[in-house]
Amino acid sequence: MTRARTPSGTPDATPQADGSGMRVGIVCPYAWDVPGGVQQHVGDLAEALGAMGHEVSVLAPVGDPDHRTPPYLVPAGRPVPVPYNGSVARLSFGPRTAARVRRWIAEGRFDLLHIHEPAAPSVSLLACWAADGPIVATFHTSNPRSRAMAASSGALRSALEKINARVAVSEAARRTLVEHVGGDAVLIPNGVSVRRFAHAEPLPGWPGRGGSIGFLGRLDEPRKGLATLLEAFSRMAPHRPELRLLVAGPGEADLSGVPESLRHRVVLPGRLDDADKIRAYHSTDVFCAPNLGGESFGIVLTEAMAAGAAIVASDIPAFGAVLDGGAAGELFRVGDADHLAERAAALLDSPERRAGLSEAARVAVRAYDWDTVAADIAHVYETVLTSGEGADAGVRLDGGRRSSGAPRRAHPRLRGERS
Amino acid sequence: METARAALDAALLRRAAAVLDLAADPGLDRETAGRLAAAANAARRAGEGERELTESRLSQALRAALDPPDAGLAPDRLDEVTVAARGVYLARVFHNDAVSDTRRARRSRLVRLLRLAGTAALPHYFEMDDQPPRR
Repeated sequence: MTRARTPSGTPDATPQADGSGMRVGIVCPYAWDVPGGVQQHVGDLAEALGAMGHEVSVLAPVGDPDHRTPPYLVPAGRPVPVPYNGSVARLSFGPRTAARVRRWIAEGRFDLLHIHEPAAPSVSLLACWAADGPIVATFHTSNPRSRAMAASSGALRSALEKINARVAVSEAARRTLVEHVGGDAVLIPNGVSVRRFAHAEPLPGWPGRGGSIGFLGRLDEPRKGLATLLEAFSRMAPHRPELRLLVAGPGEADLSGVPESLRHRVVLPGRLDDADKIRAYHSTDVFCAPNLGGESFGIVLTEAMAAGAAIVASDIPAFGAVLDGGAAGELFRVGDADHLAERAAALLDSPERRAGLSEAARVAVRAYDWDTVAADIAHVYETVLTSGEGADAGVRLDGGRRSSGAPRRAHPRLRGERS
Repeated sequence: METARAALDAALLRRAAAVLDLAADPGLDRETAGRLAAAANAARRAGEGERELTESRLSQALRAALDPPDAGLAPDRLDEVTVAARGVYLARVFHNDAVSDTRRARRSRLVRLLRLAGTAALPHYFEMDDQPPRR
């Protein structure tokens, strides 16, 4: 609001000096009350930008009306579960949601919109259609054969052409974008709030004397790789009578692969709140990230690193990059339970090795701290706003034919809402 | 499209200004300072056809001078140069992205058949070495 906009013609004025106090509208396509990488990313970004002196409003679907939401959150309606990108996403779509999106844009008077996962058929795509003005988009998905992206590429392209700046959170996400829609994106990795995760008490009764392995994430999503970990546990447990497994996260776990006699050593505390989640990272001797792929970055992994966990992770490209090719955590062949069991056992038997990895992880994670990342994102905003006519007006509603989302012909009432 | 181009021009000008400021830093040895100032001035004065080349030379001069940076440099001047160099990279990606979008739109049958583009010139990619110095 107070931002002194640089008039075109005097572009050498440094936007840094007057760049404080941008009004930023952030759109998150996934349900806020369900934990997930994108939601976490948006929440942390909003807080980091707020701390830098910007005004931030976040629009996201919220399913549970009693869920405690931060002050900057604006609910966009009830989400419905939709299979998307190999897992189940909770999204909002339809004319009522479109109306809320339009009202939020009209009333927000934003300098700039930052839309996350604009390809997701949810408030993100609706916002893309409805808005006109400076738009930044962040792409999280990395999936070489994303059917959703391929199928929607026509509609998507018209939406994407409005975007002034594209950001990808990983090389894999960038490649997915380039292959499906063309163009390019700058690479700005996910951030992690290192301070928040650095210190915590272990959960009561953990880690225990006999060794323990931890897992965090949705239990019913195959690509999170829990099956691989359970198989490895079933092989190790008979030789280690006190070894326990902490499997935390929402969803039903399929324990059918674990022999009956070992099941009581797999502890399932269910979904943890934020504080307990941080404690969970501090609760086990070894933390395991067995993901099978499709993981563009692995926010769980950086959180575990910030907590100083000794990590064993699958060697998918995103994890290899974050873990410095194995220097900040052991890597095992993706999907190979034997290899995982071997690596995990070696770590359980060597406290020195675990301490070394823990220290290396804490150092490596600094590059992903939110303070660093949010400054980079703010620089993108400034680059988009530095120039020209569009920036002066901020974000407006698009009056065009495609602007109202699902129904092609705009409903007269939606039209009437333009202020 | 014009917006993206304006942003790129702004980013390039900001970098040139930051480099000239750094070249005036007493902590920099005279020879490096001279080379940086010459590269920055050449980039600023270059005509339309030579800009990509002169801006690339400035990128190279910057990397040669600042990898690693001298300890005696004023930190805020150094910060401004690295931030500005990063801004050039951002603005150039966004600009070339917009060029891709425009060129794709211009290729469509409808646009060509109805001559929707009129006599507007097809926008060009801005190709240059924009790798910022490491910090």
